[in-house]
Amino acid sequence: MKKTVRSNLITMGLVVAAYIIVQILIGTGNISSLMKGLLVPLCIYAILAVSLNLTVGILGELSLGHAGFMCIGAFSSAFFSKCMNMFVPGMPGGLRFFLAILIGAAAAGIFGILIGIPVLRLKGDYLAIVTLAFGEIIKNLINILYLGIDENGVHFSFKSSLDLHMEDSDKIIINGAMGITGTPNNSNFTIGVILLLITLFIVLNLVHSRDGRAIMAIRDNTIAAESVGIPVTKYKMMAFSISAALAGVAGVLYAHNLSTLTALPKNFGYNMSIMILVFVVLGGMGNIRGSMIAAVVLTLLPELLRGVVSDYRMLIYAIILIVMMLFNWAPACIEWRKKITATVKSKLSKNKTAKEV
Amino acid sequence: MSFVTYLINGISLGSVYALIALGYTMVYGIAKMLNFAHGDVIMVGGFTCYTICSTMGMHPVLGVLISVVVCTVLGIVIEKIAYKPLRKASSSLAVLITAIGVSYLLQNVALLIFGANAKSFTSVVNVENINLFDGQISINGVTIVTIITCIVIMAVLMLFINKTKMGQAMLAVSEDKGAAQLMGVNVNGTISLTFAIGSALAAIAGVLMCSAYPSLTPYTGSMPGIKAFVAAVFGGIGSIPGAFIGGILLGVIQIFSQAYISSQMADAIVFAVLIVVLLVKPTGLLGKNIQEKV
Repeated sequence: MKKTVRSNLITMGLVVAAYIIVQILIGTGNISSLMKGLLVPLCIYAILAVSLNLTVGILGELSLGHAGFMCIGAFSSAFFSKCMNMFVPGMPGGLRFFLAILIGAAAAGIFGILIGIPVLRLKGDYLAIVTLAFGEIIKNLINILYLGIDENGVHFSFKSSLDLHMEDSDKIIINGAMGITGTPNNSNFTIGVILLLITLFIVLNLVHSRDGRAIMAIRDNTIAAESVGIPVTKYKMMAFSISAALAGVAGVLYAHNLSTLTALPKNFGYNMSIMILVFVVLGGMGNIRGSMIAAVVLTLLPELLRGVVSDYRMLIYAIILIVMMLFNWAPACIEWRKKITATVKSKLSKNKTAKEV
Repeated sequence: MSFVTYLINGISLGSVYALIALGYTMVYGIAKMLNFAHGDVIMVGGFTCYTICSTMGMHPVLGVLISVVVCTVLGIVIEKIAYKPLRKASSSLAVLITAIGVSYLLQNVALLIFGANAKSFTSVVNVENINLFDGQISINGVTIVTIITCIVIMAVLMLFINKTKMGQAMLAVSEDKGAAQLMGVNVNGTISLTFAIGSALAAIAGVLMCSAYPSLTPYTGSMPGIKAFVAAVFGGIGSIPGAFIGGILLGVIQIFSQAYISSQMADAIVFAVLIVVLLVKPTGLLGKNIQEKV
């Protein structure tokens, strides 16, 4: 078996194993309702972390607007589901949710291309700030968007629900800052895990393909990549839009997990984008499995701390984050870790030789 | 006449952004890192002044001085503990994430000490409002003080950087750390000094911002921090006059779009202007364009 194939299978196997363990725990009743509520968010964060890793780790561009794409995926799919509920009530839930996922991914992907065209001309920190700006603009505009459908067609306004001029106020679908209410709750842990596996399949296969190697060549040295004939813009665009579309999938999962969807700074603002970035960097840039594990650990950590030290949990979270970063990345620490492993290894081998003698 | 009032309000808000952006831009110019914790240092400055003046009832001037000292020390300590070990890390993103960790830490410490409820900050500025044109235009005392402080600080900073040995050392470090060290510049000391100055500016900005907008929570600094970061990029990150111009422009644009277009869309418009500027001039208004070499 090829090394990359084995590595991919391990990553996916981890997800499947975690899924089976959780299902057994649920079956035996060993899991609290709080943890049960966290299962779908865990899948959402894992998908987000894997998809952002494509932009940050594989393409090597710092993006701080990932939550914006998630926001687009969430709202477009929730809008679709609600419309279907209103106008095609007989549609089976499974089919509707499947279409909603496709629509969420497509909408986010299209926005990824539209935003990518101007943004990917920039470099480094400037690219970061522009993606952050786009994320905030998306959140801000959705927050003041009013949209409704009735017999006279589609009405929309950026001012207030009264400006829609609709006879029946029940048919307003997106109600400004109040968002979308009554989205069907289609998300569950099984679907979350399936979507996570699909995400992993797409990203891992992309990374190990010819296109993926071209993308990594761009990351390592853009000028060199360009000089050997790699179309830089095309590949940058490809990675960026796929990453956006996958974030859109996470958004669909998010929207169909809650009955009320609002574009708050908490769930779609820059803080969210930064949190996803923390998963990616802590898990290891370019390391898909690492970012997935980091997402799970960092999401569970505050909840686990809640039982032990409820008041200080976010404080401890912050300290652990700083210490882990220093431990993982500081050259002095890396040196120190190497020394420790070397001494341990030499001691082990000494024991071995002593025994053999 | 309302136009002039909006303009003055915009310049006032812009001066606060400019003060914060000056700190951002200096730190970026030298350490080449985005200090996401900068906004939270502002919050610490505000809370220190609040504790000294409102809780302990001391003189406002003392409050401002102590908050400057506290923030300066805090800035140096953060740099030494959280940023310095990562200066030679293989990825520049590592230190960015640590900065985010520091930002969470400061917010949560403030949350534990002061609670989540907004504190109302008593203004430290005792300047009478000025009425012009028979009371048609009224300029707030805080506004005047903020604008004057910002201009004075900006002038002093420019003098410091261009005329003193320390300032020249800063310029040298920002251009090439290794070469500066070979010329006998104390690189670590210079970087510490930069953080100290940046944090002191953040303290002043915090006090002035809370005097103008008197509600203080542990998350007060976060959005102005991001806006000031935008201002710094807008003007060309690393450039001191750029940060000043970027801050003022951003404040004016924000107030004008609140007044004339839509108060809810103000943030979106501010960010949209930023995007347009960066697309036309990818290094910001006054940024230097460095050609990439093979």
